Amino acid sequence: MSKRILIADDEQNIVISIEFLLRREGFEVLVAGDGEEALAKVRGERPDLVLLDVMMPKMNGFDVCQALRADPDLAGTRILMLTAKGRDTEVSKGLGLGADGYMTKPFSTKELLAEVRKLLGM
Amino acid sequence: MLEAPVLIAVSLIYLGLLFAVAWWGDRSADRGRSLIANPTIYALSMAVYCTTWTFYGSVGRAAVSGIGFLPVYLGPTLVMALGWTVLLKMIRIVKANRITSIADFISSRYGKSHLLGGLVTVIAVVGIIPYIALQLKAVSSTVGLLLSYPDIVMPHRSPTMSVAADISFYIALILAAFTIVFGTRHLDATERHEGMVAAIALESGVKLVAFLVVGVFVTYGLYNGFGDIFEHLATHPELQRLANAIPSGQGYTGWFSLIVLSAMAVLFLPRQFQVAVVENVNETHLKRAAWLFPLYLFLINIFVLPIALGGLLHFAGQGVDADTFVLTLPMSQRQEGLTLLVFIGGLSAGTGMVIVETIALSTMVCNDLVMPVLLRRRRLALEESKDLSGLLLGIRRGAIVVILLLGYLYFRLAGEAYALVAIGLISFSAVAQFAPAMIGGMYWRGGTRGGALAGLTAGFMVWAYTLLLPSFAKSGWLPDGFLTLGLFGIELLRPQQLFGLSGIDEISHCLFWSFLANIGAYVGVSLLRPPMVAEATQATVFVDALKETGPVGAVLWRGRAKVSDLQELVGRFLGPARAEVAFAGFARRHGADHHDKLEADAQLVQFAESLLAGAIGSASARVMVASVAKEEPLSIEEVMHILDEASQLRTYSRELERKSRELTAATLELREANERLQELDRVKDDIMSSVTHELRTPLTSIRAFSELLRDDPKMHLPDRERFLGLIVSETERLTRLINQTLDLAKIESGRADWNACELDLKEVVEQSIAATSQLFREKGAHVELDLPDNLPLILADRDRLIQVMLNLLSNAAKFLTPGSGRIRVGLRMLAEALEVSVTDNGPGIRPQDQELIFEKFRQVGDTMTAKPSGTGLGLPISRRIVEHLGGRLWVESVPGEGATFLFTLPFAPLREWAAEQEALG
Repeated sequence: MSKRILIADDEQNIVISIEFLLRREGFEVLVAGDGEEALAKVRGERPDLVLLDVMMPKMNGFDVCQALRADPDLAGTRILMLTAKGRDTEVSKGLGLGADGYMTKPFSTKELLAEVRKLLGM
Repeated sequence: MLEAPVLIAVSLIYLGLLFAVAWWGDRSADRGRSLIANPTIYALSMAVYCTTWTFYGSVGRAAVSGIGFLPVYLGPTLVMALGWTVLLKMIRIVKANRITSIADFISSRYGKSHLLGGLVTVIAVVGIIPYIALQLKAVSSTVGLLLSYPDIVMPHRSPTMSVAADISFYIALILAAFTIVFGTRHLDATERHEGMVAAIALESGVKLVAFLVVGVFVTYGLYNGFGDIFEHLATHPELQRLANAIPSGQGYTGWFSLIVLSAMAVLFLPRQFQVAVVENVNETHLKRAAWLFPLYLFLINIFVLPIALGGLLHFAGQGVDADTFVLTLPMSQRQEGLTLLVFIGGLSAGTGMVIVETIALSTMVCNDLVMPVLLRRRRLALEESKDLSGLLLGIRRGAIVVILLLGYLYFRLAGEAYALVAIGLISFSAVAQFAPAMIGGMYWRGGTRGGALAGLTAGFMVWAYTLLLPSFAKSGWLPDGFLTLGLFGIELLRPQQLFGLSGIDEISHCLFWSFLANIGAYVGVSLLRPPMVAEATQATVFVDALKETGPVGAVLWRGRAKVSDLQELVGRFLGPARAEVAFAGFARRHGADHHDKLEADAQLVQFAESLLAGAIGSASARVMVASVAKEEPLSIEEVMHILDEASQLRTYSRELERKSRELTAATLELREANERLQELDRVKDDIMSSVTHELRTPLTSIRAFSELLRDDPKMHLPDRERFLGLIVSETERLTRLINQTLDLAKIESGRADWNACELDLKEVVEQSIAATSQLFREKGAHVELDLPDNLPLILADRDRLIQVMLNLLSNAAKFLTPGSGRIRVGLRMLAEALEVSVTDNGPGIRPQDQELIFEKFRQVGDTMTAKPSGTGLGLPISRRIVEHLGGRLWVESVPGEGATFLFTLPFAPLREWAAEQEALG
């Protein structure tokens, strides 16, 4: 059974590129354009992994991460934070809130795939 | 019936009552409940200024010169109203230095000089004796008048009358006895007499009431009010002159002299100095006295003119002395009770003055005349005697008797030749001689002992020659040849036309010459040499009395002393028990549990000296302390150094306080500046962070698509074309972002190029709309225009303006409701500017976001799922452009009803601006 991945980002073009990449690798892909939608889709669709952008409308990535980690039912959902702000404080903040990994934009597609597989235990 | 026994009995009962009040006052003071700690009593005690001269003499004066009686009350009123700070300064100095009399004051100021204290005492005694004689004259003549009641017979005195048969002599003796009981029952270190002050205040009340009652009786009893008296006046042409403001023969010179003299008198008469300064318990009492005392003077003068005129009308041609009208008017109406009240009032005025004046004088005689001589002649004997307080009291009592007998003597010698007022003015003129040394001493550091001695001597001699000796001569006790021919027959030396000065009254004449000599000698001699150690020290203490610094005197002493010696010394003059209490108190205040543990330092020596000063005067106290304390002399340089240090220290400390305040302010400013910097730093960081974010985002897509294309050469053509297209558009976005960031940086740093020219704004707006028409057509939006013609030109940069317009129009296009979009572009003229508005029918902007959107990278897009496209720099750049062109850019919006962006631009004729731009370009 293929792993299900949610891409949460408000940048249309980034979503298109990652979606294409992951589909090509055989993953099932879901998409959310803002934080609230992302939270709803995690609860509804139970993806194995969430690629979570930090700067999103309505609810930022940190808040989504915190909400997910507060829900015991979702303990198994892995979270990979993606951000264009590469400062150390942001990285540690994300990890502190319970994210499993962290990637700074722009990233290489290879590295992204490696990280995704690692988090999914593949 | 008003017979002799009745009069004597009433007088004695009244004096007994006064004594009871005084005793009660002293007892309250001993129990710590001051009876006189009350500003009203203080003001009433100052009314001891009003003697029989006022009570009987004012009417006499008014009968001769109309309101000419008034200036001697205007002087004190002026002093209280305008010069009360002088009084305040005197009080401070007296309290700080334990000064007991005016002689002590002057002696202390000029280096605690015995000679000066003695001279002041002599002047005071000689000068005041005529004044005391005046009281004796008034009291004895009223007694004489009453003895012939109900007939009004002017008492005639025979110069050959034996002393034993003279009633005045007995009055003098009774007053002496009474004064002794009042003022010298015990010795007080502070030389204050609370009981006496209470009694004096009561007397002031009695004499005021008595005078007002007579005034009402004459004005409303004998006549029908003020108007009636003045109507009667009209039938007596010879009295008309009294109604003039300043009667002929007296003149403005006379008025001026009297005002000056009385102003000096109310400050420097020994009795005024005693009640107003020495007996003052609380300097805040001055505030009430400043108006209450003048009010008292006003009240006691209200009925003077009516009584004088009434008397003149009533006794016309009967040879009744106007000085007696106050008493003879009630007598003529057989008003026994009223007559007796007036007599008591006059007695109050007389005894009040005599008691306070003689007590003050006896203190001076004892402390400044007798003690110094005794200390010098019998130094050894004094030092052996253990308790000298008895001796001191004895000296004072003797002085009281002698002073009153001298007053009686003057009365016998000269009393008949002068009216009451004239005698009083002789005393005023003597006392005025203290003014230069007193006022100079309080306000001028340069005054020296030599100057004060010279000034006082010169002034006193001129006074004696121009006023005192003539008063003897006119009474026939001196040959009067020198009056008319001049001393040694030299006409220029005629005492009352000195150096040919004539045409003014004798008082003005004396005042002129004595002040000329006095002030000239005081200033002249003082300037001969700089002040010496003691003088400079005291000058500082006196002149700086109102400054809030500790006593400087204590610092200016260096030497060795034993505590037990000092205490024994003080004990000898105050009694051992009092000394013990005083030293124990000092020890407590200075944190030592017993005075054996005290250091005999400068402070303690100062304390002992001030204790002694209260009993024997400051000059003698200094000598006595010097006898037990080994003082090492300080040189003038050392003293000046200490004083300098003290004043420098004050300056430094003020400077330090100022610096500290400045530092606090600077720190605060620095903190604020730092906070601003940190804020700026944070903003800069945020912007950097925003810029990187804005750069990384398109880079992410570009990299991802590029890698996808590279890794999969066999990608389907549609995907390949789509991805390449996205890469190109993301590159364009990057380029736009970089351009705008640089553009904004250029505008903000002032390095942007501006090509200003006169523009028709309508044309610019139309051009911008044309450039975006394709955009609106694509969105299916309807564009409305409201662009009037013939608007004034504006001065602006065409390209920049188009940049603003394009930004606003494309923003509007971005937020239009798809399909039913409406855009309205308007242009209108304001008072000094043109206003452009761009209105859309999009979602609108929330009030809290209406300023936010003009911040860099602050896009607000809460209502949309996707964030708005654009760099987040368009509006910030537009606002800066408009502001640079002298206008304003803002937004008005109601959420849900669209938004209107507006900007203004000022009219063109800004030639200066253009010139400036040319000069820059």
